[in-house]
Amino acid sequence: MTFMKLLASAALVAGMATAAFAESHGKTKVGFVYVGPVGDGGWTYEHNEGRLAVEEEFGDKVETVFVESVAEGPDSERVMTQMALDGADLIFTTSFGYMDPTINVAAKFPDVKFEHATGYKRADNVSTYSARFYEGRAIQGHIAGKMTESNIVGYIGSYPIPEVIRGINSAFIHARKVNPDVQFKIVWAYTWFDPAKEADAAKVLIEQGADVILQHTDSTAPQAAAQEAGNVVTFGQASDMAQFAPFPRVSSIIDDWAPYYIARTKAVMDGTWESKDTWDGIGAGMVGIGEITDAVPADVKDEALALKASIADGSYHPFTGPLKKQDGSDFLAEGETADDGTLAGMNFYVEGIEGDIPQ
Amino acid sequence: MITLVKRPEPSRAFSLAAPLLAVLATMVFGGLLFAALGKDPVLAIRTIFWEPLFGEFAFFYRPQLLIKGAPLVLIAIGLSLGFKAGIWNIGAEGQYIMGALFGAGAGLAFYPADSVLIFPLMVLAGALGGWIWAMIPAVLKVKFGTNEILVSLMLVYVAEQFLASMSLGLLKNPEGFGFPGSRNLQQYASAHNAELITGTGMHWGVVAAFVAVIFAYVLLARHRLGFAIRVTGEAPRAAKFSGVDPARLVLFCLGTSGLLAGLAGMFEVAGPSGQVTIDFNVGYGFTAIIVAFLGRLHPVGILLAGGLMALTYIGGDIAQSKLGLPAAAIQVFQGMLLFFLLAFDLFTNYRLRPGRAEVV
Repeated sequence: MTFMKLLASAALVAGMATAAFAESHGKTKVGFVYVGPVGDGGWTYEHNEGRLAVEEEFGDKVETVFVESVAEGPDSERVMTQMALDGADLIFTTSFGYMDPTINVAAKFPDVKFEHATGYKRADNVSTYSARFYEGRAIQGHIAGKMTESNIVGYIGSYPIPEVIRGINSAFIHARKVNPDVQFKIVWAYTWFDPAKEADAAKVLIEQGADVILQHTDSTAPQAAAQEAGNVVTFGQASDMAQFAPFPRVSSIIDDWAPYYIARTKAVMDGTWESKDTWDGIGAGMVGIGEITDAVPADVKDEALALKASIADGSYHPFTGPLKKQDGSDFLAEGETADDGTLAGMNFYVEGIEGDIPQ
Repeated sequence: MITLVKRPEPSRAFSLAAPLLAVLATMVFGGLLFAALGKDPVLAIRTIFWEPLFGEFAFFYRPQLLIKGAPLVLIAIGLSLGFKAGIWNIGAEGQYIMGALFGAGAGLAFYPADSVLIFPLMVLAGALGGWIWAMIPAVLKVKFGTNEILVSLMLVYVAEQFLASMSLGLLKNPEGFGFPGSRNLQQYASAHNAELITGTGMHWGVVAAFVAVIFAYVLLARHRLGFAIRVTGEAPRAAKFSGVDPARLVLFCLGTSGLLAGLAGMFEVAGPSGQVTIDFNVGYGFTAIIVAFLGRLHPVGILLAGGLMALTYIGGDIAQSKLGLPAAAIQVFQGMLLFFLLAFDLFTNYRLRPGRAEVV
């Protein structure tokens, strides 16, 4: 039995090695694994824009492949393995749930480089990357606090993970700063992309009096629901969602992965690729703020742009004390800013947010 | 004009030929679809059906067929027993989730203890979880005459809430930096449903699927209970006269299908998936309904149908990556398969008669 195992695994490794070798000449092959359809108009759409930018930049020297709507778990592991077998040199896996599968597959293909978005597990051939979306949330929060008349801001959360909680906190802090009466109503959709669920969540929030809706889900369904309701403000998520501008969409957070994807592809071509963790924000251009439309009063727009500029040049950090946690305990002292470790694992609300994080 | 005429006897030949014709028609019309999308239809069909079985990397894809097909077959076998008797368990997805939660929970409760007893305990717990979840609609139907289709289906959504709650709370990995999801059972040797022989894809879930096929075949062909199931579906009144207890049959059919779905979930979470996460379930419980019908509710047919579905999934992903086919086109392709099966099924009971429609 043990001998059989040994024999079989040796055969497998040999097979994989020759396969990888046979394909390794010529073009640099870059694979992308997407959690949603490329037409989602949000998260996956922007990753695919990044892929197209890589093709544009390197032309004939690069070949890109992608598989969309890949379920997190064993299916993603199979898709990654298949890409590696087909000779991919670099594979971007663009959803948090691909973390363990990416690590598993990377262990089998030491010569293939992997890039996992929004996770925290790395290896010699696995890098992680994410964007400081919370910087964009600060600007949304500011506009939301100014724009709301009912003082109720609705928030469609995807999953209660640190990235999403960080966004809620950042938006809330900046909404409260300009409007002490503002309240957040948070609905958890437990999906990244499900237009029907997202639309339902938006409708529930609107019925509960929300006249501004922030979303951490990827479809444009909440925008459509807001448009139908008539007087509800929204923000594009992950992508510009400009088709809903100038109203209800008054601004947006745009994920711009293109510069990063180009740089990492270049590194593989040059042989300078190294495993690292990248977390860039507005300053580095990974987080873009979509045009603030004329539906926003000019003075609010100017304030928002000033806030953006101060975050971009590093003079202001969205998590600057004094801040308390929801339970009243101290979070940050006067003038203190949150370190990246705290932000990366954030699993608490700041003071003033009502409700509990689902446990 | 062409009219449909009911056959005096259902055609056995057509009943067997329908799945093959459906696959052929799917290839033809799927090929047209791919051609319309500007792809080489022959290459696309070849990539989906040939590549995973005999292509360059078949050594990797063949085991994957077992991994992808096993839960489908295991669940579909259970469902087919009920479907044959006219008992409709639509909620296998929920039973699959509960099996995974019970199984993973039983294993993680002993973390990091090392014992050969942990895995068998998880198997029992997983079976129990699925069984309990299926007994809810079963008991409600027997006691109060509720509709098992609705109850079992609605319980899927309840199970999904449990899954989310467990991923975020009780079963959350304490070393996971606050992220949802349990510890990875693949890294807990005593609880890991590992491959029995490395590189073959053979894990205990695959073994269980094959055993279930044999068990169902013997049950239906040789056992009195199998006779009761068949006769209830074909002639409910005759079944009553021959002394079949409908309540017992409901409990047995729903219970067994829940148990098998629970096992499928448990083997999946302890093996290929490894983790309880919010998105753990990917629709095996629903796809298994298609597999059951594609396999004519016959154990051997289900085995073949499960393999075929797994093939379209794996081949579909390869076609996406290699040929740039959109995922939606692959889904349409899979949908065609069921559509054509139902269409050709019509001819089991009806035949075409050329000629003028009769004036009523």
